[in-house]
Amino acid sequence: MAATVEQGKGIGVAALRKEDRKFLTGRGRYVDDLKLPGMLHMAIVRSQFPHAAITGIETSAAMAMPGVTAVLTGDDLEFAAGVPCASNPTGQMVHPTRPPLAKGRVRHVGEPIAVVIAADRYTARDAADAVEVGYAELPAVLGVEAALADGAPRVHEELDSNVGLVLAHRTDGVDEAFARADVVCEATIRNQRLIHVPIETRGVVADWNPASDELVVTSSTQVPHFLRTFLAIVCGVSEAKVRAIAPDVGGGFGAKLNAYAEEFIAAAASRKVGAPVKWIEERSEAMLATCHGRAQIAHMSLAATKDGKVLGMRAHYVQDYGSYLQMLTPLISQLTFLMSPGAYAIPEVDVKVTNVYTNTVPTDALRGAGRPEATHAIERSMDMLAGELGMSRTEIRRRNFPSEFPFTSAIGLQYDSGDYGKTLDRLLELSDDRETFARRREEAAARGKLLGRGLSTWVEVCGFVPSDVARNALGLTPGGWESSTVRMHPTGKATVITGTSPHGQGHATSWSQIVETELGVPFDDVEVIHGDTAFAPYGLGTYGSRSLAVGGTAVHLAATKVRDKARLVAAQMLEASPDDLDFSGGVFAVKGSPDKRTTIQEVAFRAWQAFGMPEGVTPGLDETVFFDPPNCVFPFGAHGCEVEVDRDTGKVEITSYIAVDDCGNVVNPMIVDGQVHGGVVHGIGQALYEEAEYDSGGQLVTGTLVDYLIPSAADVPHIETHRTVTPSPTNPLGVKGIGEAGTIASTPAVVSAVCDAVGARDLDMPLQPMKVWDAIQKGGAR
Amino acid sequence: MIPREFAYERPESVADAAGLLRSHGDGARVLAGGHSLLPMMKLRLAAPETLVDIGGISSLRGITDAGSYFEIGALTRHADLAGSDLLGLACPVLASAAAGIGDPQVRNRGTIGGSLAQADPHGDLPAVLVALDGEVTAEGPDGTRTIPARDLFRGFLTTSLAADEILTAVRVPKAPHSTYVKFNRRAQDWAIAGVAAVVDGDSARIALTGVGAAPVRAEAAERAFWGGNAAEAAARAADGLDPPSDAAGSADYRRHLARVLTLRALEEAIGG
Amino acid sequence: MKSAVTMTVNGAPRTAEVEPRTLLVHLLREHLNLTGTHVGCDTSNCGACTVWLDDEAVKACTVLAVQAHGHEVTTIEGIAANGDLHPMQRAFHEHHGLQCGYCTPGMIMTAIKLVEAVPAPSDEEIRRGLEGNLCRCTGYENIVAAVRAASEVRV
Repeated sequence: MAATVEQGKGIGVAALRKEDRKFLTGRGRYVDDLKLPGMLHMAIVRSQFPHAAITGIETSAAMAMPGVTAVLTGDDLEFAAGVPCASNPTGQMVHPTRPPLAKGRVRHVGEPIAVVIAADRYTARDAADAVEVGYAELPAVLGVEAALADGAPRVHEELDSNVGLVLAHRTDGVDEAFARADVVCEATIRNQRLIHVPIETRGVVADWNPASDELVVTSSTQVPHFLRTFLAIVCGVSEAKVRAIAPDVGGGFGAKLNAYAEEFIAAAASRKVGAPVKWIEERSEAMLATCHGRAQIAHMSLAATKDGKVLGMRAHYVQDYGSYLQMLTPLISQLTFLMSPGAYAIPEVDVKVTNVYTNTVPTDALRGAGRPEATHAIERSMDMLAGELGMSRTEIRRRNFPSEFPFTSAIGLQYDSGDYGKTLDRLLELSDDRETFARRREEAAARGKLLGRGLSTWVEVCGFVPSDVARNALGLTPGGWESSTVRMHPTGKATVITGTSPHGQGHATSWSQIVETELGVPFDDVEVIHGDTAFAPYGLGTYGSRSLAVGGTAVHLAATKVRDKARLVAAQMLEASPDDLDFSGGVFAVKGSPDKRTTIQEVAFRAWQAFGMPEGVTPGLDETVFFDPPNCVFPFGAHGCEVEVDRDTGKVEITSYIAVDDCGNVVNPMIVDGQVHGGVVHGIGQALYEEAEYDSGGQLVTGTLVDYLIPSAADVPHIETHRTVTPSPTNPLGVKGIGEAGTIASTPAVVSAVCDAVGARDLDMPLQPMKVWDAIQKGGAR
Repeated sequence: MIPREFAYERPESVADAAGLLRSHGDGARVLAGGHSLLPMMKLRLAAPETLVDIGGISSLRGITDAGSYFEIGALTRHADLAGSDLLGLACPVLASAAAGIGDPQVRNRGTIGGSLAQADPHGDLPAVLVALDGEVTAEGPDGTRTIPARDLFRGFLTTSLAADEILTAVRVPKAPHSTYVKFNRRAQDWAIAGVAAVVDGDSARIALTGVGAAPVRAEAAERAFWGGNAAEAAARAADGLDPPSDAAGSADYRRHLARVLTLRALEEAIGG
Repeated sequence: MKSAVTMTVNGAPRTAEVEPRTLLVHLLREHLNLTGTHVGCDTSNCGACTVWLDDEAVKACTVLAVQAHGHEVTTIEGIAANGDLHPMQRAFHEHHGLQCGYCTPGMIMTAIKLVEAVPAPSDEEIRRGLEGNLCRCTGYENIVAAVRAASEVRV
């Protein structure tokens, strides 16, 4: 890390967030808050069947309703391309075509078929109900087992089967490892289908100006720059005429890491009707039509010696893609594949992922995106292996941690830095010893409660991604760099323009802290601009716990570049050699003559006046950096969970949750803790409550927040957070991502604790009371 | 999110309201707190042509201590029931059930009359009324009648109220040894199962939520309780039950919950 | 069939022409441009739309605008006096009780009523009192801390 002087609100300080006030007072500006002159409203007619041919669309009744401007179908809106997918892991994968508005065929309940454009949203909704769609039902494919069965109907006729992609990696010695193992531990572990549920649904306002042919799209998105590029491609217009804006965004969690059919439809509809068009997704619509996540089954097999050394792993994952490929659908199970060995040095592996189409909503990134699946499968497997060997769950982990970093896994990833024993030690220090726990367990039993505790030791790959890796190893269309501009104004204030696109992560605060540390410009004098492609250099957005490690580093480097240039100007002003200047707290001073000094603000003014500039130095202090990381980063940690299970009902209460995480250096500990809290509770939601379910007819059963249970404050415990610090060598700040850590770590910790309480080998999530009660009946629990 | 169009009436008296219901016929629905009806309308699962909003009829609000029983106006809200010291002491089964409905904002709008007239099999108050052997007053264009709890609930979302009758008041006896035990997954959820227990010396009345299309009296358990044996009673709580099976609970699990929750409710009621 | 509704919103009389089916939250957002009150679901679960109706927390998505006729409504825009933050707003800031900010107005409107009703709430009481407001970012940890802190400094 650069040598810096810590100031009031520089790196490492728990600075309160500068973005809060507008949100606290109701002055945030989310997409639905936007009103444009002449703006019309869009409602969408969606498929009621999981698989059908469209035999006709009757729009006349809807068109006849007062206030309706247009009813548009797939025949009315022309697109130059289908909904894009930017991931092709093998480079050979066929991407099935998906027009933004269905043409003749629908493949999941909720697929857009037609849109109504009307004067207000009430009228639009009424008219959408008046559109009559004729369907000829086709056999639907539901569930990966059915999709893989012989003679299964096909989701996409242009493909040979419902298998979209198979990824495989096998080391030479894996059969030998299994042959000489003392024990082989096998398990099938389901990671259920989930729905993201950011509290703000998706929404878009598209404004196509017929006079200038400019398209401005304001969308609740995590990736405005991708959106602009894809709007240009799909709508067939010059990218230079397209401006995408992410306003305040009410949560994402991967749901908004996409370029969706509705964004293209709104843009095309705006062009068609010559007016701005707003579409705000209803919650029950979001459940049906926004990407889902997870939906993966892992068949795990660990070969180990009797003293707990894992010799080899066979892992076969089956991923439900849903009906189409969204922006990063194939990447998700690829990340599972890459992280399959988790935090363990497993020398021999045989890993395979079979990806399958079904007639359901496409799956894509959901907080953690592939890594929670990998972590859950390996962590549960390690628990089961410990059980079979009669070894403690902590000891088996310790015996298999990598001993040196950087560590290259059998998959070929290089884990940049780590000390897994350190976080586990810290967790154990914070937890009750065996005897105390045993006593408390007896006391709980007297109250009819089964006490259990569990843990996970997790590692993830994040900070996506070196562009060569993006292309060559992952098969991604875009690179993985990030950009930032740092601009000093003549009055001494600074503006940061970032390609990241926060939606709760507090980048305005953290990026200001980085600038204060690097330039000595006070935190409150720094403004951060993001989310508007008209202002920002090209950026890649916020996802995959990348913003700080890649985007924050870009800010740091741009600030460093500003400082380097300022040094030259300051040297001229002070009539000294640049090398003779000290810089600290925003002040350049001549070494040995501390009263010969000037401030960064004075230098900014001089650089704006630009007279008497040093030879070869251009006016202004305004630097832009594109940073392409040399590696990903690998945060890690150990989470411990304690539960009380009601013996008579099976209801689980989490009574203690301790997170010990290591994300390298920390810019703002308050924000880091907040990310962990949110991530852990998201994972607890998966472990205990959440599951997206389709019935045998392909209808989504969990179509509202009455049926899809996301936890409230009353349903989750206090979360205790602790840290160790192992800096990353991958970036000059020494930082790693933390936004997904809690979600990755928590599901296996909770399941481990419940299994411990009821004496079960393993249980599938979510752990609803009935399932746990059944396990108690079968298991003869303590 | 957006209800279909409807006509809106806001009568100032029960008589006017009943007259409006009759004149508008089957397409009219009564709007009280709106916390069952409006969500269904927003999902377009219900689409009444006319809403008759009785919210302005202030005489329908309030809890009156009438000696051996309470007279409760239909528009009395769950928050009023849960916060009533009077009910907390003399009819805790009603106060405790109301305190567990939905969430604070829902309890600030939802009403006792609305919940009973809705007759949702997972709603808590129908079982409470049955366990208390309470009764409701129904007023229509043809006059006023009293409907005992046992005759009110007819099945899934169905009561014996006529389409032009309005549930105006609820009468429940005082029952200081009573409670409601609800079992759900998240705090704000509907009951997977619930038990209302009212103990009076050697006898008990027990009614169950969530195990049938309407609240179910656990008569075998009541008989087994005679003399105060909560464990005996609980063991019989699922006798004759034919509960539904769904994602939240199989029929077997619901039978089991009926027994477990009955024991808890009886012990709490006796202790209370 | 629109009709005029009149109510006091954040202390000032307001009138609008609405259909009977117009939800209070849409009256506030679309007719009165008070966009601080948000919509997060369509089943009265999430609480993002929480406002005060006659000084009680309610979900404005489950109240018809006509039902609020003649009543008093307070929204998030109406609780900070003279530009000072309400103590609850300040506590959310000081304890990092918000991330994306979308649930925050509803959460604050509920929380203020919570501490009025229960002056020194336990964490358990705070959590139960917030059961009708969903947040997907914070894990509630710092929201609970903020409400606890606000209950201690309340004037």
